[in-house]
Amino acid sequence: MKSYLLRRLWQSLLVIFGVSVVVFLILHLTGDPAALMLPPDATAEDIAKFRHDMGFDDPVAVQYVRFLKGAVRGDFGQSIRHGEPAMGLVVERLPATFELAGAGLVIALALAIPAGIVSAVRRNTSIDYISTVVALLGQAMPTFWLGIMLILVFSVRLNWLPSSGRGDVEHLILPAITLGLFTTARITRLTRSGMLEVLGQDYIRTARAKGMGEPPVVWKHALKNAAIPIVTIVGIELGTLLGGSVITETIFAWPGVGRLSVQAIFNRDYPVVQSAVFLLASTFVIVNFLVDVVYTYLDPRIRFR
Amino acid sequence: MAPRSQYGVPPTSVVAEAVPVPAPRSPREREWVTLLRRLVRRRTALFGAAVVVAVMLAAALAPLVSPFDPLEQDIGQRLKEPGWQDAQGRVHALGTDHLGRDILSRIVFGSRIALVVGLAAVVISGVLGMVIGLVAGYFGGRVDDILMRLADIQLAFPFILLAIAVIGVLGPSLRNIIIVIGVSSWVVYARVVRGEVLSIREREYVQAAIALGSQHGRVLWQHVLPNTFTPWLVVATLDMARVIVIESALSFLGLGVQPPTPTWGGMLADGRVYLSTAWWLATFPGLAILITVLGINLLGDGLRDTLDPRLKV
Repeated sequence: MKSYLLRRLWQSLLVIFGVSVVVFLILHLTGDPAALMLPPDATAEDIAKFRHDMGFDDPVAVQYVRFLKGAVRGDFGQSIRHGEPAMGLVVERLPATFELAGAGLVIALALAIPAGIVSAVRRNTSIDYISTVVALLGQAMPTFWLGIMLILVFSVRLNWLPSSGRGDVEHLILPAITLGLFTTARITRLTRSGMLEVLGQDYIRTARAKGMGEPPVVWKHALKNAAIPIVTIVGIELGTLLGGSVITETIFAWPGVGRLSVQAIFNRDYPVVQSAVFLLASTFVIVNFLVDVVYTYLDPRIRFR
Repeated sequence: MAPRSQYGVPPTSVVAEAVPVPAPRSPREREWVTLLRRLVRRRTALFGAAVVVAVMLAAALAPLVSPFDPLEQDIGQRLKEPGWQDAQGRVHALGTDHLGRDILSRIVFGSRIALVVGLAAVVISGVLGMVIGLVAGYFGGRVDDILMRLADIQLAFPFILLAIAVIGVLGPSLRNIIIVIGVSSWVVYARVVRGEVLSIREREYVQAAIALGSQHGRVLWQHVLPNTFTPWLVVATLDMARVIVIESALSFLGLGVQPPTPTWGGMLADGRVYLSTAWWLATFPGLAILITVLGINLLGDGLRDTLDPRLKV
């Protein structure tokens, strides 16, 4: 098991290294980062000076090594707009994004797992159909539209919940539902199909045959075995949630990394964009590594792969 | 002496005319007919297909089916509610926007951008993913390792954040949007195709072809690729729904196809400003996205269940 985890750790580090290359290259896509980062009315002289100051004259390989040296220390340069270290600005916003993504995930799991189990156990009843239709709609609904509709109903019409900002729990409800719905839909469908598969297994029939009641069969024998794919998808869904936070935070004016990066893109503040992309991508890689660690405990057979 | 008919035609042609033999249908064709029939029998898939066809027709015939010019402004008719009748008695079924433009017509025209981006990006990422999946699965070993690490790197990025960062650098245009979405969506195709290739590679007919000295390229093209097409098609269908949502998200953030071209996401962004006075501005474009995406998803689910039920996508 140890060698498997060591290999996964090495792979994760490689991936983070690859992420750093892509983050570096984003700025060099047009070939002239200086012109990109200065306002459109900058003179050729300004651009030339800026290019020299930032070291954009050097060969790309030299620039990358310099970038990597900084990145290892968490230094992605100064924010052009705020004049502060870019990574510091992003890290400051990280708790807000984690709070939102965490709340989205909690809502998703709290709704999806019971819904998926009930759907599977009461297969082809009206409750199964309703949950399936809701899950299908949830997967087809664009996040930004759902957010706007929730604001329309609960903030504009009913005036029950605030439509923007971060503060107490009331502020968290609408953004968390918005962010969590797609994940809810996906986990509901996965739980339902996983449970259906497990409920057809011989050991479930054996458990029933020996006179065990239905609740322990479902909750003890079936759910434990259906849980493994759910744990895997939680890691993957974290990527969806972090990506979705870009849209959700913009709609609800939630002061997190996603909103900061959208603003930074419009302000041409690329050190901030690079920091945000790097940090969110690295978070995803680290969480998925941790999911693999958990996984090896849940299913010891994994080490033989 | 050879018998002659009274018309002087050689008897062979008489025989040929008397017994017309229908060309035997190839087993492949019959297989497709059966599959199609099975697909039609799934009512949800049929509904999905109907929605997809309707959206495609609306996009193709947009100038014919939309009641108004989608760009025609009329400040006197701004923010009118659904069902509004103007002075000439023309009905704005879904109301008008903040510039007095007809919302239904703009939704119909908006389907063009959604479908063009969806189809083009799916073709780019589908071909890219197919090639990478074939190479990774067939050659295995170090090549496979490198390609699958590349896939991990691609997947590590929150997709929408990477897309807006790159489009922010390159500038928003139809071409850039298609390229960015197309180039960064290959992983799901590559993984599914690779998985198929891993098992196809071990089949006897592939081993036989290799043993007979076929070139790798020929084996891949003739024997492996055709057998990966079905799962590829299912993935492509479902991915198109995702691409349409991404496109409208980019337009919503102002990084999609630029105004005045109507896009569903752009209309939603406009409507957000008028949420407290005119709910219909933001509601209907979102419904258009929802219905289109739902239709494609149902069709994709139906295709998967019919063609390849064990496929996990």
